[in-house]
Amino acid sequence: MKYKGSITELRNLIDSGVSSEEIFKDVIENAYETNKTYNEFVTIIDKYNSMESDSILKGIPYSLKDNFSTKDILTTGSSNILKDYVPVFDSTVYRKLKESGAVLVGKTTLDELAMGGSGLTAHTGKVYNPFDITRIPGGSSAGSAVSVALGLVPFSIGSDTGDSVRKPASYCGVVGFKPTYGRISRWGLFPFASSLDHVGIFARNVRDVSIVTDTLKGFDSLDMTTLPNEDIKYSDNLDNDVSGKKLFYIKEIIESANKEDTKETIKIFKETIEKLRNKGIVIEEVGFDKSLLEAIYPVYFIISCAEATSNNSNLTGFIFGPRESGKTPEEVMKNTRTKGFTEMIKRRFVIGSYILQRENQEKLFLNAKRVRRMIVEKINELFKEYDGLILPASGGVAPKITNEEVDKLDDNFLILENHLCIGNFGGYPSITLPMGYVENMPVGINLTCAAKEDGVCLNIAKFIDDNIKEVK
Amino acid sequence: MYKAVIGLEVHCELKTKSKMFSPSLNEYNPSPNQNISVIDLAFPGILPLPNKEAIRKAIKLSLALNCEVPNEVMFDRKNYYYADLPKGYQLTQMTKPFGKNGYLDINVQDKIKRVTIHQLHLEEDSASLDHHDGYSLIDYNRAGIPLVEIVTDPVFNNENEVIEFLENLRSIIKYCDISDASSDKGELRVDVNISMMKETDTELGIRAEIKNINSFNSVKETILYEIKRQREILEGGGKVKQETRRWVDEEKVTVGMREKIEAVDYKYYVEPNIPVVKLDNEFINEIKESIPVLPQERLQKYISLGVMVKDAKTLVKTKEVSDYFEETLRLGADAKEASNWITTRILGFMNTKNKTINEIYTTPQMLVSLINMIKSSKISTQQGKEVLELSLTEEKTPEEIVKEKGMEQISDDNVIRELVNKVLDENKAQVDTYKGGKTNIVGFFVGQILKASGGKANPSTTNKILMEELEKR
Repeated sequence: MKYKGSITELRNLIDSGVSSEEIFKDVIENAYETNKTYNEFVTIIDKYNSMESDSILKGIPYSLKDNFSTKDILTTGSSNILKDYVPVFDSTVYRKLKESGAVLVGKTTLDELAMGGSGLTAHTGKVYNPFDITRIPGGSSAGSAVSVALGLVPFSIGSDTGDSVRKPASYCGVVGFKPTYGRISRWGLFPFASSLDHVGIFARNVRDVSIVTDTLKGFDSLDMTTLPNEDIKYSDNLDNDVSGKKLFYIKEIIESANKEDTKETIKIFKETIEKLRNKGIVIEEVGFDKSLLEAIYPVYFIISCAEATSNNSNLTGFIFGPRESGKTPEEVMKNTRTKGFTEMIKRRFVIGSYILQRENQEKLFLNAKRVRRMIVEKINELFKEYDGLILPASGGVAPKITNEEVDKLDDNFLILENHLCIGNFGGYPSITLPMGYVENMPVGINLTCAAKEDGVCLNIAKFIDDNIKEVK
Repeated sequence: MYKAVIGLEVHCELKTKSKMFSPSLNEYNPSPNQNISVIDLAFPGILPLPNKEAIRKAIKLSLALNCEVPNEVMFDRKNYYYADLPKGYQLTQMTKPFGKNGYLDINVQDKIKRVTIHQLHLEEDSASLDHHDGYSLIDYNRAGIPLVEIVTDPVFNNENEVIEFLENLRSIIKYCDISDASSDKGELRVDVNISMMKETDTELGIRAEIKNINSFNSVKETILYEIKRQREILEGGGKVKQETRRWVDEEKVTVGMREKIEAVDYKYYVEPNIPVVKLDNEFINEIKESIPVLPQERLQKYISLGVMVKDAKTLVKTKEVSDYFEETLRLGADAKEASNWITTRILGFMNTKNKTINEIYTTPQMLVSLINMIKSSKISTQQGKEVLELSLTEEKTPEEIVKEKGMEQISDDNVIRELVNKVLDENKAQVDTYKGGKTNIVGFFVGQILKASGGKANPSTTNKILMEELEKR
């Protein structure tokens, strides 16, 4: 590939006379090639389009997860039920990027309707990890993570409901950031679980992530949950002094590591925090109620399935998307949904529907919401004393693609692989950065900060990133 | 002996510029699928944008119906699949409806009956379906229109109570400018729940629910039909089925739609895309202050001012007429007098010309000045009628008409005395008759004098002076 680099590097190239259209052509030429191997794109855009603007993103190529509504461009949610769906309106995220002059090169593959963490369940087939094609890239924003990891684009937009940006970032060795809930408008993002859904950004460094966040953030009258505007640019505050900042990690999470590759990850994590301590960051170990940690995954699963079944009830074939035939409207709906969703999705809907049933709501749904609040209150309490929570983003490197089911209730998996959901429970800004390699596969470190403290989060993340790189 | 127990669910479309959760127009459009947006059609990625005016109006009605209002705004999803429901769920209020435990006092056969209101909530309407042979058409114009649902307790026993309640409710809705509440456009739709029980029973009987009745007259017919139907079943030893029925107006019968084995589980849960907003006292008070004096209160006031019950009811029927009347009172008119002029002359004119009271030329001020001219004997009552008629049709003030037509009464004693003497001089024989004791001939003289004055002589002054002059002769 001829033109490869960060936003700043490409910006300099364009400013020095390289045409952004030429860069675009270089990107899609390569994208067609890489897509044969990694399957990271549902759609590769063949027409260069860049609006006039004085943004730093003017002319910069990027990719967008295929669950963001893009007018006149196929948007499938990686599901058969929307395989021919061409939206009639733009998501706010896409509109803002379009207005900044950034150049869309492709819509990226996701786990069907963003429900899944492997990157293997799209209607267009599996996505593969660029470091090792026998391994998963992680999901659901699989294609976005891969397109950045391959160096095709300096940044990509994903969505994060449990860890769907921050986990694949860890597995693919890139930076993945999910700002505070409401910082970026969800208008036009296909909903999975509305109370947990976040827009997220992939890039290869913290600066690029911050630049894109600055472009996307802000109040949107189309999304009532967006936060008021604040007069600050994150990308201008990345080098603020962070000495004396206090972080904590949760003892029970680190201690739950009980597998070989997990131990290796924990070792790197411990080395990393030691480095940071030496650089003036205070990092302390904090104990946390283990039963609450064990509840994270079930709580996430219950809330997300319940919201998902309702959110996806509009997919009936009546107004948009492929429609199956039937003798009555009910039959049309039934046939369309039976054919349009895979078994995994149907399973989630059935579970979600069960959870919402009158006789189960109190015990399952409302209790899950209560536990979610308990966890958030505890974390909020800790954020009064600490500036951030630091943990390994995953217990180990990207798993191998197998047909074996993971035992999701195994201690190692249950706590170590699910703690990123805390970021969604509380709507916290949360960022994953590469911290090292285990057997030539990347592993990431995660930093989560108090709600609305996106600036602090990115500031500390930049410091961590700089210091990890320094030693590498 | 069986008695009927009836409860109502009244759906009323709110008058707002835009829909409940989208910027699409909220207005009647006979052409299908014109007032639509991506939100109404539930395209992937849309989010709801609540309409503040609709919220304000729902709370206003809630307060007008003496309901308890919650401390925050919250909407819930009611999940079910149906062809007329684009999202696969309806946004409604379950956790915190805008009204609870309210009441409305109605007057049935001169007795006050308190109708208790179980709940009032705000929700979005569904699309309308048009069924044809072998296919159905969907019109999304209606999808997302703000709708208030008022649920009464089962407190009615006959059709008259129900109709009286509905009439009262409709006038409150109109007074508060919440809706035009027109049945023709389906802005007001009623579900009737009805069951029969013996006087000695302690528990309610099995009920039938008759859905979507469009006019009050059909509500009445439905109730009468159902009472008869259910009574016949029960008296024949049968059991009433718990089911949903509908009224077929052409045949004047109700027919079964679906049996309710058990209640449908709508899997309600709180809408996550609408942050909970606190309802502060300032907002509530502002709404409270915007509620006008309601028809029942006005009715009592008018009756106490001496207006006949029938006329008072006519006056309060629409707020505009009542406001017109109130304005004449404020300008000092006698209530009875003003009421007479409005209910007979003005409303009559409005009916024939198909105009509203705000569209007629004659203002309350003009009516009051007309009444004052009569009171001060400037013109006669008979002339007054003519003046009002001309004011309405020719669009002129009563003063202008009186002047143009030279209608002003003669009240000057000297002028009248001259006329009296002239008439007496010309009719000597009749004066003698009078003097001879036939006093009933006075009417003849009065007639002659009025005639001579061109009808302008003030009758009572004329009478007085005539008697004086007759005495002198």
